[in-house]
Amino acid sequence: MVVKKDDDESELVFENLEKGQVIQEKRAFNETPVHPRKCSLVISQFLYLLSRGDTFTTTEATEIFFAATKLFQSKDIPLRRLMWLLLKEFSLLSQDAIIVISSLTKDMTNPMSLYRANAIRILCKITDSFILPQIDRYFKQSIVEKDPHVASSALVSSIHLLKVSPEIVKRWVNEVQEAVNNKSNMVQYHAIALLHRIKQHDRLAVTKAVSTLIKGSIRSPYSQAYLIRCAVEVIEETNTEDPVFYDYINSCLRSKNEMVAYEAARSICALKNSSKKEITSAVSVLQNFLGSSKSTLKFAAVRTLNKLAQTNPAAVIPCNVDMESLITDSNRSIATLAITTLLKIGNESNVERLIKQIANFLDDINDEFKIVVVEAVTLLSQKFPKKYKHLILFLNKILRDEGTLQLKQSTLDAILTVVNNIPESKEIALTELCDFIEDCEFPDLSVQILHLLGQEGPLTSQPSQYIRYIYNRVLLDSGIIRAAAVNSIAKFGLLYEPMKEKVIILLGRCLLDEDDEVRDRATLYLQLLKQNNTRELTRLLVDDVPVPLVNLQKSLEHYINDGDFGQAFDLGSVSTVIESMPSPILEGKSSKQTSQSGGVTPKSLSTESNDGAPESYSTKLAQIPEFSTFGKLLKSSEIVELTENETEYVVNCVKHIFKEHIVFQFNCTNTLNYQRLENVSVKMIPSNPKSVKYECSIPIEILNFDEIQSCFVAIRYHPDNLPLCNFKNTLKFRTKEIDPSTGEPDDQGYDDQYSIEELEVSVKDFIQRTFVTNWKEEFAKLPEQEPATFALVSVKNLNDAVKQMISTLGMAPAEKSETVVPKSNKHQLFLSGKSLSTGALILARARMILDQSGLNTDVELTVKSDDQNLIDLILSSF
Amino acid sequence: MGNLFSSVFFKLFGNKDVRILILGLDSAGKTTILYKLQCGEVLTTIPTIGFNVESITYKNIRFFLWDLGGQSAIRPYWRCYYPNTNAIIYVVDSSDPDRLGIANEELAAMLSEEELRTTPLLVFANKQDLPGALTDAQVSEGLKLSSLKNRQWAIFKTSAINGVGIYEGLDWLVNVISSGG
Repeated sequence: MVVKKDDDESELVFENLEKGQVIQEKRAFNETPVHPRKCSLVISQFLYLLSRGDTFTTTEATEIFFAATKLFQSKDIPLRRLMWLLLKEFSLLSQDAIIVISSLTKDMTNPMSLYRANAIRILCKITDSFILPQIDRYFKQSIVEKDPHVASSALVSSIHLLKVSPEIVKRWVNEVQEAVNNKSNMVQYHAIALLHRIKQHDRLAVTKAVSTLIKGSIRSPYSQAYLIRCAVEVIEETNTEDPVFYDYINSCLRSKNEMVAYEAARSICALKNSSKKEITSAVSVLQNFLGSSKSTLKFAAVRTLNKLAQTNPAAVIPCNVDMESLITDSNRSIATLAITTLLKIGNESNVERLIKQIANFLDDINDEFKIVVVEAVTLLSQKFPKKYKHLILFLNKILRDEGTLQLKQSTLDAILTVVNNIPESKEIALTELCDFIEDCEFPDLSVQILHLLGQEGPLTSQPSQYIRYIYNRVLLDSGIIRAAAVNSIAKFGLLYEPMKEKVIILLGRCLLDEDDEVRDRATLYLQLLKQNNTRELTRLLVDDVPVPLVNLQKSLEHYINDGDFGQAFDLGSVSTVIESMPSPILEGKSSKQTSQSGGVTPKSLSTESNDGAPESYSTKLAQIPEFSTFGKLLKSSEIVELTENETEYVVNCVKHIFKEHIVFQFNCTNTLNYQRLENVSVKMIPSNPKSVKYECSIPIEILNFDEIQSCFVAIRYHPDNLPLCNFKNTLKFRTKEIDPSTGEPDDQGYDDQYSIEELEVSVKDFIQRTFVTNWKEEFAKLPEQEPATFALVSVKNLNDAVKQMISTLGMAPAEKSETVVPKSNKHQLFLSGKSLSTGALILARARMILDQSGLNTDVELTVKSDDQNLIDLILSSF
Repeated sequence: MGNLFSSVFFKLFGNKDVRILILGLDSAGKTTILYKLQCGEVLTTIPTIGFNVESITYKNIRFFLWDLGGQSAIRPYWRCYYPNTNAIIYVVDSSDPDRLGIANEELAAMLSEEELRTTPLLVFANKQDLPGALTDAQVSEGLKLSSLKNRQWAIFKTSAINGVGIYEGLDWLVNVISSGG
């Protein structure tokens, strides 16, 4: 809101408002007769406080609310308006807001539309499903009113009420249908939105309603934009071939209304199945907007094009010229989006020019935008590896200019990415970085660069040129940097034989350093170098830590907090289980369920997500005495659903793999509120009984309604003979009916069982995802193997094929091979993992190609490992 | 006499605003009385969730009539509306002798509030049109009105349906307020 100069004074008066003082002022509401001006001012002050973020206790809010109800006696329109606003805002904070229901329903009968419109907006806030039936006729009447203010208020309120009592609102569908024909643009829009929400859960009804509306004469631009979104939803959810939806979106492209045309263009760009022709016309609409004088329109267009450029850069190329002129746009968000889009669609020939252009105005943009640019440049390096020189120089310029640590860190990360991906860029990058650390104000960055120099420097063509820069750090910098420099120097001695003597001399000079750490490191490395102990040096300087760093940190913190330093820290005690994210599918499902039925309590959700982290599994399992002898938990599987979500008893399972044991954890939920389950267990029958031995079963003693608890079954297996088989499962329990009047269960109950889905133990349960730094090299090193070929039946798209391969094998994709080039029909996927029992590395290469019918995917899978047994098992899983 | 007085009063003071609470148990007829006074008609009412407020001008006095819901769930909120009250109209369902005791308890609790210590009280023994309705004397006894001290009070036999007694009661109020204020 633009504040005029005359208002400055009153603005200042409100600025210093104190809540306590305003609360005192509310006594004005109690005066008879009411002074409208005085009361209006007090209400404005309350509203100001609320918008400023002040909070009110329930008591305060209730007092204010009740005091304000006294104003119902006033007929002064401006005061009434403010009163409604105040009541609406405080109705959620105050207790017993129902006190105003009678007065509001009275307002609903007032001949002035202002009364009715405002009253209905408050009514919607304070009704619940008990009160609504008593007043629902007011809603029905108001929805079909001609007056747009009242009708819109009623429709929007109904949208809110849909969350409170969906059944009642659904009964108003005829009235809503009538409101669609209201002459007001806004009312029509609100009516369509409500109609869509009422039918939301019935896909067929939505499809029918949308296609009817499309064919009708919807003129309101808001409605048209909304209908486009509905059409997109129908297309995406039903995969319909019906051209009516596509035709509608395409026809909207030609709308004179910018919002509608934009919405249509945006939808076409986002839809998967848009034809080339459609995209071209959408892009040309957006291109027009790029030249608009309105910033919002330019921003929307460039943002959409930016997104499109990620998947389909060629389609955006026609906008090149328009986009270039936006680089200098005064709105920095637009400019940045324009740059990053250009970088995405850039080609070999114009990349250099583009980079130069950006470098020119780099000084004008702030650090946050620079980070965006840096990220875009990083992506560019992967596309045009040959341009590494320009990219490195460009990044280096950002690194050297003034800037925050955050910007510089991202820039350095970008350089490291380029160096990792493009070996040719190494030397020029190292030279530039050497220059940079001569005058670097951030010790963090210096340390990282010294590490890189030590790692890569010795492998370049002229290692000796770097050593001077590194040794300079020893002479000139602070302790932490000197220590890093010592490491770096030692690496040269280890990795580049000709310099070993010189390194020994340099390290010798560090022995008198004033910093303990520097001295210690120098002494250690010097000694090892003199002894020619390459093995130990390699272990110290080159090898990565054998456990995930996150787990190492946790274990170390635990060790330090324990305070018992009698025993040395044992690296072997660190868990190697990599924490995986809780299954997103499951979370999605549960939250959907909550929103639909409202039946699942938040409590059950939180327990589920807590259980997602393996770290907590291992702690939890360790507390169960029966499992204490099983050793370290090697791996926990993802959650496998064994029932539908809507069944009486919901069961899912997590498989915990130990060296010679598997623990099945069954998470059970009782969704019947009139039952209590006791002694709940799962009986498992293996398809191959010889490979497993039953160990023990731990039942749930009591499972009340809406509770999640776990029962366990443990089996033993021999590591040389993995128990790859299916288990038939039955849930067994004793049911006791709950007497609804007392809430107590009956005495006897009866035994019952409930069959749940089968569970498979497959080879992937015994494979740990792992990450290798140079996959191709490692793959070449392992002995050759015969590839296996097979078809993934009815997998029509490579993305799905990749997902299926990854989930079947339970291995980690390497070399970013999990991303498929859009619209290509073949792909190579590289996977890496290791055996849980032997730790043997497993690498797999899957060459995939869509077969000629386009319905299946042919796969040629090569699995390599030192463990031949494992290879056979993996191949047998297809 | 009332007429004479109010015309004198009018000459002396001009218009005056007063604030009246209409209280009583649920389905005593409060809302019906309110709208009988306001528009002269008998409207079909529903149980009041909260309150209704209307203003009427009678004999040059502007009355703000607050009709508060009588359901037991709403009675606790009556107290929020006590401040600055000039008079209370307490409506009793004379055809419901069983709940006269509760009506008495609520009345006693209300009158013991500091804010209403001397506020004049007008009792309507309502629903006189129904057969078997208690007389005003019986209602008065049930409410123990005779034991009230330091307070002006009166009781009238009324019927909201045919309008009997209501204006007589209001005349009494006009008198009291004019002399008091």
